[in-house]
Amino acid sequence: MKFAVITFPGSNCDRDVYHVTSNVFQVATDMLWYGERKDLSCYDTVILPGGFSYGDYLRSGAIARFSPVMEDVIEYARAGGLVLGICNGFQILMEAGLLPGAMKVNDSLKFVCRQVKIRVENKETAFTGSIKPGEVLEMPIAHREGNYYLDRAGLEQLEANNQIIFRYLNQEENPNGSLANIAGICNRERNVLGLMPHPERAAEEILGSADGSKIFTSLLESLSRGES
Amino acid sequence: MNWLVKVKIKLKESILDPQGQAVTTALEALGYKNVADLQVGKYIELTVNDLEKAEKVKEQVEEMCQRLLANPVIEDYDYEIEELA
Repeated sequence: MKFAVITFPGSNCDRDVYHVTSNVFQVATDMLWYGERKDLSCYDTVILPGGFSYGDYLRSGAIARFSPVMEDVIEYARAGGLVLGICNGFQILMEAGLLPGAMKVNDSLKFVCRQVKIRVENKETAFTGSIKPGEVLEMPIAHREGNYYLDRAGLEQLEANNQIIFRYLNQEENPNGSLANIAGICNRERNVLGLMPHPERAAEEILGSADGSKIFTSLLESLSRGES
Repeated sequence: MNWLVKVKIKLKESILDPQGQAVTTALEALGYKNVADLQVGKYIELTVNDLEKAEKVKEQVEEMCQRLLANPVIEDYDYEIEELA
């Protein structure tokens, strides 16, 4: 099994993700540089980490989306490869058109950095297959643009296709004002998933919560069952 | 021929603009009670060089707005194109 983590200029969670996949879960992981084209077909999962690619200039993810390696990520995703976008990685996936919607600035206009509770709404993805639907996970968020938006018709599609995978527990717990308390979604084909909370920062008990590891465990179990 | 392009980008009207609301509240606090419909957006100025026809410039600007400068999911854009002497 082999994972890839993409480093963009301004990524700052790439090492954290690498630590979790390679040290905590013992999966061979390559760190790939944004500026180089790469055949990704040898990887079982490609992860776009959090951070501030290109300083969030213009819009979060807008410039990173045109990085050379993103052409390969798009091709990999279209071929059914598993792609996980965390925080800025989620924003890049939306800008790339691999996930629907866009992020507005948080309702509070502030950068919010704290633990949040999210509910797993759907286990029909490789990333949530081993988690009970309705289970509540606690992990940190750290962003200023996490206020998920999609038009009404788009939201109806998301709901109808069960593409909403994580929601903040309720309105009070919602840190950014996102539509329908959305914290994470997948594409219609269910192989691309983006979420604002950081599972890699909550994958070991010493960090205050190991709930994030359930996402990686699901992924590994799904891959070893040969589902993807 | 060279052209000056002024692009204005703002959130779509149907979308709540938290920055606009905060600035409106601040203006109200300063005593400007008659301010409404305030939206905070982006202004981008650029030159497009070596194109002869205004319609070609428009075509390129439109494409640049769609692909990168604006996010059509949440933003509307508008632009002016002027010929540079």
